[in-house]
Amino acid sequence: MAETLYLITLFPLLGFLINGLAGRWLSEKQSGYIASLAVLGSFLVSAQLLLAFLALPAEERLLTQTLFSWIPVGDLNIQVGYRFDPLSAVMALVVSGVGLLIHIYSIGYMQGDPGVRRYFSFLNLFTFMMLNLVLADNLVLMFLGWEGVGLCSYLLIGFWFEDEAKARAGMKAFIVNRIGDAGFIVALILLYHQFGTLSISEIAQAAPGAQIGRGFFTATTLLMFLGAVGKSAQIPLYVWLPDAMAGPTPVSALIHAATMVTAGVYLIARNSVLFSLAPATMSIVAVIGIITAFFAATIAITQNDIKKVLAYSTISQLGYMFTAVGVGAFSAGIFHLMTHAFFKGLLFLGAGSVIHGLKGEQDLRSMGGLKEQLPTTHWTMLVGVMAIAGIPGLSGFFSKDEILWAAFSRHEGFSWLWLAGIVTAGITAFYMFRLFFRTFYGKAAWQEAGYQPHESPSVMTIPLVLLAFLSILGGYVGIPAALGGVNQFHHFLEPVLAVYPGVGAAAVQHPSQGLELLLMGVSTVVVLGGIYYAYRVYVQQPTLADDLAQRMGLLHRLSFNKYFVDEAYHLLIVRPFQALAEGLWKWFDIQVVDGAVNGSGHAIARISGAIRRIQSGLIQHYASIILLGVIFILIYLYID
Amino acid sequence: MSWSDLNSTLPELALAVTALILLILEVVKEPPRAQFAWTALGGIALALVLEFALPIEGQFYNGMIALDHFSRFLNVIFMITAAGAVLIAVPYLRKSLEERGEYYALLLFATIGMMFMAKAHDLTILFLGLELLSIPLYILVGFYRHRVRSNEASLKYLLLGAFSTGFFLFGIALLYGSTGATHYDAIRQAIVSDGQLSPAMTLAGFGLLLVGFAFKVALVPFHMYAPDVYEGAPTAITAFLSTGPKVAGFAAFLKVIITSFAVTTQHWWGIVWVLAALTMTVGNVTAIRQDNLKRMLAFSSVAHAGYLAVAVLVGTYDSAFGMMFYLAVYAVTTLGAFGVVALIEGEEETSLEIDGYRGLARRSPFLAAIFTLAMVSLAGFPPTAGFLGKYFVFSAAVDTGNTWNIWLVVIAILNSLISVYYYLRPVVAMYMQEPADETPLPMSRVAVPVFLVLVLIVLGFGIFPMMLVKSGVAAAGSLF
Repeated sequence: MAETLYLITLFPLLGFLINGLAGRWLSEKQSGYIASLAVLGSFLVSAQLLLAFLALPAEERLLTQTLFSWIPVGDLNIQVGYRFDPLSAVMALVVSGVGLLIHIYSIGYMQGDPGVRRYFSFLNLFTFMMLNLVLADNLVLMFLGWEGVGLCSYLLIGFWFEDEAKARAGMKAFIVNRIGDAGFIVALILLYHQFGTLSISEIAQAAPGAQIGRGFFTATTLLMFLGAVGKSAQIPLYVWLPDAMAGPTPVSALIHAATMVTAGVYLIARNSVLFSLAPATMSIVAVIGIITAFFAATIAITQNDIKKVLAYSTISQLGYMFTAVGVGAFSAGIFHLMTHAFFKGLLFLGAGSVIHGLKGEQDLRSMGGLKEQLPTTHWTMLVGVMAIAGIPGLSGFFSKDEILWAAFSRHEGFSWLWLAGIVTAGITAFYMFRLFFRTFYGKAAWQEAGYQPHESPSVMTIPLVLLAFLSILGGYVGIPAALGGVNQFHHFLEPVLAVYPGVGAAAVQHPSQGLELLLMGVSTVVVLGGIYYAYRVYVQQPTLADDLAQRMGLLHRLSFNKYFVDEAYHLLIVRPFQALAEGLWKWFDIQVVDGAVNGSGHAIARISGAIRRIQSGLIQHYASIILLGVIFILIYLYID
Repeated sequence: MSWSDLNSTLPELALAVTALILLILEVVKEPPRAQFAWTALGGIALALVLEFALPIEGQFYNGMIALDHFSRFLNVIFMITAAGAVLIAVPYLRKSLEERGEYYALLLFATIGMMFMAKAHDLTILFLGLELLSIPLYILVGFYRHRVRSNEASLKYLLLGAFSTGFFLFGIALLYGSTGATHYDAIRQAIVSDGQLSPAMTLAGFGLLLVGFAFKVALVPFHMYAPDVYEGAPTAITAFLSTGPKVAGFAAFLKVIITSFAVTTQHWWGIVWVLAALTMTVGNVTAIRQDNLKRMLAFSSVAHAGYLAVAVLVGTYDSAFGMMFYLAVYAVTTLGAFGVVALIEGEEETSLEIDGYRGLARRSPFLAAIFTLAMVSLAGFPPTAGFLGKYFVFSAAVDTGNTWNIWLVVIAILNSLISVYYYLRPVVAMYMQEPADETPLPMSRVAVPVFLVLVLIVLGFGIFPMMLVKSGVAAAGSLF
């Protein structure tokens, strides 16, 4: 069975190579079909392996395949291989399944774009990298995937490169992620130094019994978490994700909602043993998660760009997932990751369908009343917003409430996490329905702008419908005991996740059911309240919105301007660094080394300048610096 | 001198004879002169065969020359570099109608110099090799006589090179004065019996030697010449200049440090630490601002010198191995990158700016792919060999457990993260921007082998590094 494991990643790699190398001989359609078929291949292999898994007893659910030994010399033996266990199975299915639907959708969405072959080759490359990330049995391979998805994200954000702002957005994502990656690398070095291996399972085996101080685990997990914060857009490194919306909408759905951005949550779940040994880190993860969830939700309320609303909502939902893993409820985090992939993928694709119908318009203020024109998009998106809001019976309800319950039952004074989570859930319901109502109901603002909205072709609506079904049904694999279920999802993942002492796991399994039901009731009431409020403000009395905005003056301005975080970063970090680079450049390059050479189109000036420089003896300048170096070295040697 | 002495320098002799033949051909042969390049390549191939036919171990010429796995490993790098430089030069020189025999002859003389630097076991031979390398380079940098920039670069290189050579030679003299020896082993013994890096004369001698090496491998603040010279030189020469001599400089640096001065590390590590940290930081940060690819790659090679200096500083078996691996990969990658630049730059170096790379993927998919691979490897992404090189060097430093070394590695990692930015800029331009003109670039078939070797080493040794690891381990082993 394990022999077929490599096929999961091989298919997208082949798709990438075919589209990348032979793209020019393929028609637009063929290119899309090949890319989709490649992902379908991965999906089928993963699904087949998962089905085989379900027939096995829990402890036998592990497949490993070593592809080759990377550097088999001395103590440095890195095995490159894949590991298929319940956790990576879930991830591989989400990545290839949701990925497949988004690939198919893209065939319609990207039709007529001159770069469509390049687009599909990047998309396949991304899938390949992401599958490597989730299947890796080794932190080095995982890091390779981690960097790879970042690279593809960068390439796809800047896909429409004509636009300066879009190119900048890609760059911003890239730079912010480098900060996080620095943490990841240092964590890898520390782990290797300590354990002599980077195999995930070997580290997990050695760590609990090792005679190492707590500080080591706190440090390494914090550094890993720094990587996760960058990749999964949490405070303070979330600023890149809203800008990343500059890419094509299916890219936002695949990379910036369903898969890549959740890699940070996966990283923590994958290394749950290490994190369980570092309670301090866990608390930080939970607190950062809930704060992010809350703040991003408050920003989402006032945004007018449909994709920006969804972007902040993604940041907020990721915050929930981090809260879950931070309180030790790893399976709840992964559960929400999965349902989120369904409904957020759906919402993005739905938004893409609206944007497609309006010829690229993304501003909510130019929409409204689109219910008749886009019927399929309308009802599928209704499912999506209901799922994310957490209406009972839909997938988001089960996963979100499991997180809230885990937060609540985590003692040691963490129940305020629950309170913040509930408030955020209310806000979420409000802003998601705001988006929904402003798009499909109310005054049809697009008429003034002269748009002729039309429903998208079926190649785009069929993925929407399928995702809508998943958004409804996806939660039923994890029905909690309090509602009479057995939470199969949790039990499926249980063998590969650590048990974090003092929480969660026990509480999730043996809850006081009455209390849990009560909390579910509370959250449902809050959510319905949020929806009703959105209905009042945006459907019944549209003038209310502006009134409110005025009355809330300062708060509204803060939220609308995203708390001025971008501006603060620019002032505190970007500008000083630019100044430093500029300064070094000027000083070394212009003052000390050479000025005019860099400018083009001044050939004559340059030549005359060059002659003048030789005559004025700039070489003496260089020589004197060499002399200074000599003096430094000699003084050092003497003093020592 | 015996026959075995002569045998030990057969590869160098073969190259010298080839170079002389080329000089004669230059006088008698009318253009076109395609045979020059083939003659040079034939000489290099012969030298390579002789290199492998030689007895591997031993000291010759009264111990002044040492043949071991170390020298062989490096000589192979030098010959590959030289062959690559020849192949890149063919289309380049033809384009500018400067195809002349002395070009290849000078290249071969410089190669002989590098080979002596790696084989040297005595400071006098080292100095001889250094000069044999430098003098042809001064000429080659100014090979475009009619170009002011080429001349300017040549003059700068000559003057500053002479200046630093002065320090180097003075350092040797001082060391000889205080220890009575120029032989590596004898110097070590003198220092060991003497105890410390004193008297002052030894100290000063060592310090000046350090300056000479720092200049040759372009460590900050002795790097000032590098960007100017690299930019002014004909690009085919820049390709050679930023690889071969740098590798030779580091090889000699490492060997002298480990063989003669390892016992005195505590006296000088601070200097190398500061130089390494400065070099990588200044190199990377300055490279960010460069729009001219040649200049960007020049600063990139300064930055790489900083990483390599870490290996010299650490000076363990592991770090020496890491450096061997790093040098091999670095040389091929940088050579290939400059090779692409040389092919693209057009007549009179019109498209050296990053804008000239827009949409290159469409104009020449092959060159774009090669250049991307080179950039990715220089940036140190897995699974390229560039990643492994960095990994070996840095992990050797971490393994010493010395806090200062670990901090240096942290600085190095932060730096390589910065470097990703400018390495990916041309990639973005090539793949994601529209070309200014759509005409396909003519591809020179002659240069193709250079690029294939690059692919082979960067990806082949990135994924299956064992062969290179084994040779590297053997090479490092010869030093201990």
